[in-house]
Amino acid sequence: MRSKNIIGKFDIWLLLIYLALVTVGLLSIYAAAHNDNHPAIYDLSQNYGKQLLFIGISLVVGYLILLVDAKFFNTFAYVFYALSIFLLILVLLVGSKISGSTSWIQLGPLSFQPSEFAKFGTALAIAHFLGKIDTDTRKRKTQVSAYCIVMLPMLLVMAQGDAGSALVFLTFLLVLYREGMGGKLLITGVIAVILFVLTLCFSKWYVMAGAAVIYGILLWLMDRTKKNIIIVSTILVAAIAFIFSVDFAFHHILKPHQQTRINIILGLEQDTRGVGYNLNQSKIAIGSGGFLGKGYLQGTMTKYNYVPEQHTDFIFCTIGEESGFVGCFALICLYLALMLRIIVLAERQRSPFSRIYGYGIACIFFFHFAINIGMTIGLVPVIGIPLPFLSYGGSSLLMFTMMIFVFLKQDANRMNIL
Amino acid sequence: MIKNKINYSGRQYVIIAAFVAVALIIAVKLFSIQVLDDKYKRSSENNTLRHITQYPARGKVYDRNGRLVVFNDAVYDLMIIPGLARDIDTCSFCKLLDINNETYNKLYDKARKYSWVTPSVFISQISKEEYGHIAEMMYHYPGFYFQTRSLRQYPEAIAAHTFGSIGEVGRRDIEEDGYYKSGDYIGRSGIERSYERELRGSKGMKIVVVDVHNREKERFMDGRYDTLPEHGKDIILGLDSGLQAYGEFLMRGKTGSIVAIEPATGQILAMVSAPSYDPNELVGRQRSANYSRLLNDTLKPLVNRAISGTYPPGSTFKMINGLIAVQSGVISSVTEYPCDGPESAPIKCTHHHHSPVRLHDAIENSCNPYFWQAFRDMLGAARFEDTRDAYEFWYRLVTSFGLGTAFRTDIPYTVSGNIPTADFYDKLYRGNWNALTVRSLSIGQGEILVTPLQLANIAAAIGNEGFFYTPHYIRAFADGTPIDTAFTQKNVIDIEQRHFKDVKRGMQSVFEGDHGTARLSRIDSIPVGGKTGTAENPHGPDHSIFMGFAPVENPQIAIAVVVENAGFGSTWAAPIASLMMEKFIRGDIRRPWVEKRVLTDNPENEK
Repeated sequence: MRSKNIIGKFDIWLLLIYLALVTVGLLSIYAAAHNDNHPAIYDLSQNYGKQLLFIGISLVVGYLILLVDAKFFNTFAYVFYALSIFLLILVLLVGSKISGSTSWIQLGPLSFQPSEFAKFGTALAIAHFLGKIDTDTRKRKTQVSAYCIVMLPMLLVMAQGDAGSALVFLTFLLVLYREGMGGKLLITGVIAVILFVLTLCFSKWYVMAGAAVIYGILLWLMDRTKKNIIIVSTILVAAIAFIFSVDFAFHHILKPHQQTRINIILGLEQDTRGVGYNLNQSKIAIGSGGFLGKGYLQGTMTKYNYVPEQHTDFIFCTIGEESGFVGCFALICLYLALMLRIIVLAERQRSPFSRIYGYGIACIFFFHFAINIGMTIGLVPVIGIPLPFLSYGGSSLLMFTMMIFVFLKQDANRMNIL
Repeated sequence: MIKNKINYSGRQYVIIAAFVAVALIIAVKLFSIQVLDDKYKRSSENNTLRHITQYPARGKVYDRNGRLVVFNDAVYDLMIIPGLARDIDTCSFCKLLDINNETYNKLYDKARKYSWVTPSVFISQISKEEYGHIAEMMYHYPGFYFQTRSLRQYPEAIAAHTFGSIGEVGRRDIEEDGYYKSGDYIGRSGIERSYERELRGSKGMKIVVVDVHNREKERFMDGRYDTLPEHGKDIILGLDSGLQAYGEFLMRGKTGSIVAIEPATGQILAMVSAPSYDPNELVGRQRSANYSRLLNDTLKPLVNRAISGTYPPGSTFKMINGLIAVQSGVISSVTEYPCDGPESAPIKCTHHHHSPVRLHDAIENSCNPYFWQAFRDMLGAARFEDTRDAYEFWYRLVTSFGLGTAFRTDIPYTVSGNIPTADFYDKLYRGNWNALTVRSLSIGQGEILVTPLQLANIAAAIGNEGFFYTPHYIRAFADGTPIDTAFTQKNVIDIEQRHFKDVKRGMQSVFEGDHGTARLSRIDSIPVGGKTGTAENPHGPDHSIFMGFAPVENPQIAIAVVVENAGFGSTWAAPIASLMMEKFIRGDIRRPWVEKRVLTDNPENEK
């Protein structure tokens, strides 16, 4: 049954989504950073020229990955993981400090972030560990080991002072959940946190309406057994009760200065001179895009550098300003398509390793996507993590590309597994 | 397949639901800030577009001989956009501006309270020298920029009251006229006030795109929405700056005023209010300090006595009474009255002259009994129904000289003075009054109050033999725009010209007659008509008053002089007026002894 083609029949949709995102990223970086002195997009002295180079390198690396035997990554998962841990420790010793955190390793003209690589390594390790034939996720020992695999790199990244990247590792909890671990606790905790934040950010009525919509979706997707309906309905009632109590506690029990403090953490109140400046400028840039946007290369906020770090963490502002709600919505759909396609592909894998790995990277993309865009529009506090495939930066693009292509290879090879 | 593994694949839907829900939340939030809320759009414009007001040059002012008397000098206002002026090194900025940190915070807070995104003045009127030093460091300080403004300058320190001053607009000005923005200037007094609209021109607007470092990048839409400023109109005044300066020179050390009018046009040739001040003092950053100093000065230099000081005209009012009496037909110009004896009671003559006298001699001698008897006979005349009817005839003619009401003119803050109405006396005396009750009016005392401007206008009307033009500052607009038609309209007085001729001859005798009260102020070769007066002042020494015109035929100048607390009109007001007329008509002074006396003696020393 082995395919004659060494690469195998890989999923063209996922590849197209990937290429689309990378292209949008390149154009956005060009829009954010271009100037009249260097109009050529391939000008290597400029960030967009460099990004073009990174894309080229990433594609070459991706192609090489497709040539590697599919079992290679499963077999050597722990090696990648060990290498990640080694690099994370190394960076603490020899890393160079860039904007407050020691997260970069300098190799001559090249520099890269081990934490990017560690996400990849951890995804492989967790997939390998849980995908082993004799692993039983109901056993406490298995659970502890799995949590340790996630927590170790997370703590090391935290030690670099890069809390944002460290938080990304929390996303593996979703993977563990998919494999049967910490379900109820995780869900309850996540929902409680989400509801708490949402209730304070929006009117409680919106949040309740959102909860009702999710309730409807769940009912639609689930087997509508009596038991399921009762469980989901109970959760909905509990959620609404929780929303009301949060709202009441915040507005009637907390004192004004305590409310202010929470509001500042949530980004609801800003001192626009301080840290809030980025967020405020970012919201202005995105908001000023309106429905259709100002047109490509026409964004005044973008062009005149009103949003700091616009080509890296705040690249979404450029899209928001220049292509408006329509463009943003299209981009959100593109990301959603990426994540859902990975999940669909993951679910059709025969090998647990491939499936778990697929969930791992889908969750990494999801976390980056939600937190990065969320921060540019003030939904979550400002956490400096890149928007996958769009933000300027070689090491993050390369790592995200590797994650995708390793999965493409696994998928292409799925028929060769027993 | 391994049997002991449970299939958890149902959980994929929970994860999918979570992904979709988060994407939805993001989309909803985006919709709300991009489509529903337009506050961000405006913020973005305020952020990136700077509306730079282009201030027009305020109109210049020339005197009647084409001499520049008011012009502009460039200064710079340091503007701030508080929303952009963050994260700057305030310490070095304060050092650069030579202010302390506290002041900086105070100014910043003030601007922030006004608006977060609209520029307001941070420090106003920085001189050219300071500007050069600060401007080259400005790129360090986003949110700050300079705006060019102009300051009024006066090459000759004269006519402060006429020129007036400009000051920063207040909240009320902004509310009343949308043209003004915080930090703009508006004419507060003098011609700056009355010609504010013409002098200010109209502001232009340059819209530029700036980057986050406050650097101007380009014209917005290639300047399509820019507007050019329109310069203010230049104004030519009736003022003769030489005469004005001379008048101020003569009034030095005295309290009072001089008003000189060109009778043929009504233009103000000179308007002196003493004490005065240097108009350059009320300009620029020292304005407020100087203003409060002048405001607290006990001699009130800020008050323009020429238009707001009111005095009983005394004997200078006798011409009007004489004119009305002969116009009424009750007496003629040759009717004679004795100046003593029972007929003249209760008013007796204080001078020594022949008796009885007719109108001409009565003016020359300033004979009180004559005017009292003429006034009494007129009010009691059979041609009127009663005293009240006669009084109303008198009142109508008196007010037609511009008395009792404020002129509607370009001289701000003129006051009306007072001519009592019949109703006033009805109320005061409960309807029971007659000529004897109001006899003070016959000699210009009692309730009558006039301003020096009104007095000069009487002189102009008499000099013109029966008409006058509303006194006004302006001569013309430099660009030919016609001036207010009210200024070119003759105000005709309902008294026959021949009566004026008689009165004028009497006024000429005041200078040329043997008994004339102003004979010591005679000017050789210029026939002058005039009348001295002494206004009784219940608060102190009497005021010395003079009004007159020269030459007698086709007068070129009509003048009124009031020197407060200086006693007789003949000692102070008349010589000063004669010097002014001599200066204006001949250009030089050939009677240095008169000038010397006026300058060296002090009215205060005489008493």
